[in-house]
Amino acid sequence: MDTKNCFHCGLTIEVKEEIVFDEKSFCCNGCKTVYEIFSTNGLSCYYDFENAPGATPQDIKGKYDFLDNEGIAGKLLDFKEEDTHIVTLYIPHIHCSSCIWILENLNQLQEGVNSSQVNFSQKKVRIVFNPNQITLKTIVHVLSSIGYEPYISLENYEGKKADINRELTYKLGVAFFCFGNVMLLSFPEYFDVDEFWLDKYKGFFRWLIFGLSLPSFLYAASGYYVSAWKSIRSRMLNIDVPIALGLIVMFIRSTVDIVFGYGQGFFDSLTGLVFFMLLGRLFQQKTYNFLSFERDFKSYFPIAVTKITADKQEISCPVYDVVAGDRLLIRNQELIPVDGILISEETAIDYSFVTGEAIPISKKSGDRIFAGGRQTGRVIEMEVVSSVSQSYLTQLWSNDVFTKKDNRSYKTLTDTISRYFTPAILALAVATFLYWIFINVSTAFTVFTAVLIVACPCALALSAPFTLGNVLRIMGKRKLYLKNATVIEQMAKIDTLVFDKTGTITTNKKSLIVFEGASISSEETAAIKNLLRGSNHPLSRRLYDFLPVQDIISVNDFQEITGQGIQGSVGDYFIKIGSAHFVGQDLAPSFQTNVHIAINGNYKGKYVFNNQYREGLAALFETLSKTYKLKILSGDNEGERDALTKLLPEGTELVFNQKPEDKLAFIENLQQQGSNVMMIGDGLNDAGALAQSNVGISIPENVNVFSPACDGILDAGQFSQLSYFLNYSKKAVKTIKMSFALSLLYNAVGLSFAIAGKLSPLAAAILMPLSTITIVSFVTVTSNYYAEKCKKTV
Amino acid sequence: MSVIYLLISISIVVAVGFFFAFVKAVKSGQYDDDYTPSVRMLFDDELKKSKTKTKIK
Repeated sequence: MDTKNCFHCGLTIEVKEEIVFDEKSFCCNGCKTVYEIFSTNGLSCYYDFENAPGATPQDIKGKYDFLDNEGIAGKLLDFKEEDTHIVTLYIPHIHCSSCIWILENLNQLQEGVNSSQVNFSQKKVRIVFNPNQITLKTIVHVLSSIGYEPYISLENYEGKKADINRELTYKLGVAFFCFGNVMLLSFPEYFDVDEFWLDKYKGFFRWLIFGLSLPSFLYAASGYYVSAWKSIRSRMLNIDVPIALGLIVMFIRSTVDIVFGYGQGFFDSLTGLVFFMLLGRLFQQKTYNFLSFERDFKSYFPIAVTKITADKQEISCPVYDVVAGDRLLIRNQELIPVDGILISEETAIDYSFVTGEAIPISKKSGDRIFAGGRQTGRVIEMEVVSSVSQSYLTQLWSNDVFTKKDNRSYKTLTDTISRYFTPAILALAVATFLYWIFINVSTAFTVFTAVLIVACPCALALSAPFTLGNVLRIMGKRKLYLKNATVIEQMAKIDTLVFDKTGTITTNKKSLIVFEGASISSEETAAIKNLLRGSNHPLSRRLYDFLPVQDIISVNDFQEITGQGIQGSVGDYFIKIGSAHFVGQDLAPSFQTNVHIAINGNYKGKYVFNNQYREGLAALFETLSKTYKLKILSGDNEGERDALTKLLPEGTELVFNQKPEDKLAFIENLQQQGSNVMMIGDGLNDAGALAQSNVGISIPENVNVFSPACDGILDAGQFSQLSYFLNYSKKAVKTIKMSFALSLLYNAVGLSFAIAGKLSPLAAAILMPLSTITIVSFVTVTSNYYAEKCKKTV
Repeated sequence: MSVIYLLISISIVVAVGFFFAFVKAVKSGQYDDDYTPSVRMLFDDELKKSKTKTKIK
């Protein structure tokens, strides 16, 4: 069959549903409408930058009514004045140059929008508009109508506009400015010939250099002094101690040198050092702006809900104002923000992002419903039992792990080395000083300072940032996004892997449906499919999608009995689909989810919904089990124990019936036994365990939205690559160790100059950049080499 | 030969001028987003003059 792709969104078009407009094919009316909007407004260049860049607009009727509430809308604005309002919206769909173009031309589409600017890496658009002509709600509606629906959550409501920290950029600028100019002015003295003009202006040049190096020494390097001081006070010698010491000694010695006219000093090396080290920091500070690793429930929850007042009025009210006893209206696909009791007759609630369980749960009037579920039926009414902060799900966040995490300090490889390095350097400096003092007192001081200067572990301090920064980028390209560089070192130390079951090793996207029972003829299948067409129950929908495409036959006497099943006549068949009881069977309750079928009163069998395991799961566990202890935690019952034991290698521990708190405790318990635990999970119910574990990785199907606080986000499609990432992190640490050896070698060479009393500023000026360049190129080449090599072995 | 003092002073003044330009650029947020502008600059005046501006709902 010849497949066509939608001109707007790129999806494959089903032949029957193709819509041709303006000689282009579209998959649905939504896409066609967006095209129409663009072409009538002269914006059809949207399609020139990228093929099929669009998204199908979603139905948003009533979803943003809360923006009419001025109090809520006001909280979202960045800036507010009489006729200028500015708002920044997060739009997950931003992904290509077409997106930038269309969003920045929003003023062509909508009057009242003055200008708009996209920040691509953060997936945000900043819109300046005139509130007299247009409201925020209209803007959101316009954006949604062209497929760029913004994502507004409770987090926006609370969030204070975070100050962007630009300190490093300033420091780097200052350091580079000083470095460049100092280098330029130092140049003449490198060729130390007794030349008349050189001699005459020596003093002037030197003092100029001194002045230029001050900002670098005092401002750009200030972070190192602060960090060194902190580490001395906490009695943990980190790498910044010898760096700060080296810098200070270098500055004092150089100042003394020029004051007394001994020489030009080491200002060139000093400023160069500061610049290179800051560069390393910048390189390590790779962040994925569009991802957030600190999410809690606030980024999932809606800002406002529809409240039904005593006189039956529907009003929007901020979630925080909801109190016990209120009545709320929850529409299809809306999130339930608080615990409550269902008042409407029935509904199905999808708890997939609380529990990871994909199949919605049916609820009847009077049942308790919990915060975090997504309503999948018709509009419901519910009565609130507890306020937002007291709901079952949100209480998980009051657990200590979420506040303690930041204080837990992790000792990096560099810190470990510097614990030995610093005392060794000090001892060596003192020893050489004592040796020289018997020979020549002035040389003794020169040598003492030279040792401290040359030992300044700049190359050592650079190896880790550059290796980890590079590894971070390579992993990011392969869709594992880590919070920061330290996570890589921690990953290398992991010895136990704990997996969540539902949603992590199984996928929510599709479930495997198998039929158990007597065989069903193709006519019967056709009849079943046609009967299912009329039902909106989630299981019906899934079974409907699973069954092969059939011709449409009309259904008579269709009846849906809530909580039981559906029935109806199709042609000659009278079919009942539903629970065992409904089809007249008394079977022992089963752990599995299944749908029973009876045709003309005869029981035919059942469709069993099995969880579909992720691709490559068995192979991945096989590889991992060689090096790691594997454990699986599940919130579900033991229904799948047999299937899992068969699939997974021996020795994999399976634990079932785990509540969120149990998972957290389980991880804590493992850590107390001395294990380094990596938790891999997805839902909010894993949030506690993810925060407690040494490395918490979350696996969302879509990386842009919905992942609990964690150390890393792995694209679900890359799940089978997990062992590659673990392996690679080990190699990264190996690379760092090798480059440590290399930089120590440089230090040894430099020290041998220094101890002999022969360290000239020129030698220092050559040695320092040389070591830096070697280290940086070494780690870059090695980490790239390992990235390729690990790929081959997996 | 005191011209060298003059020359160096001028060069320092120019350098400091550039430095302040840099600080101002950082402050205005130019360094916050280093990707979008690189795409934006490739857009030409693609907008066709649309005479009939149809407003959308």
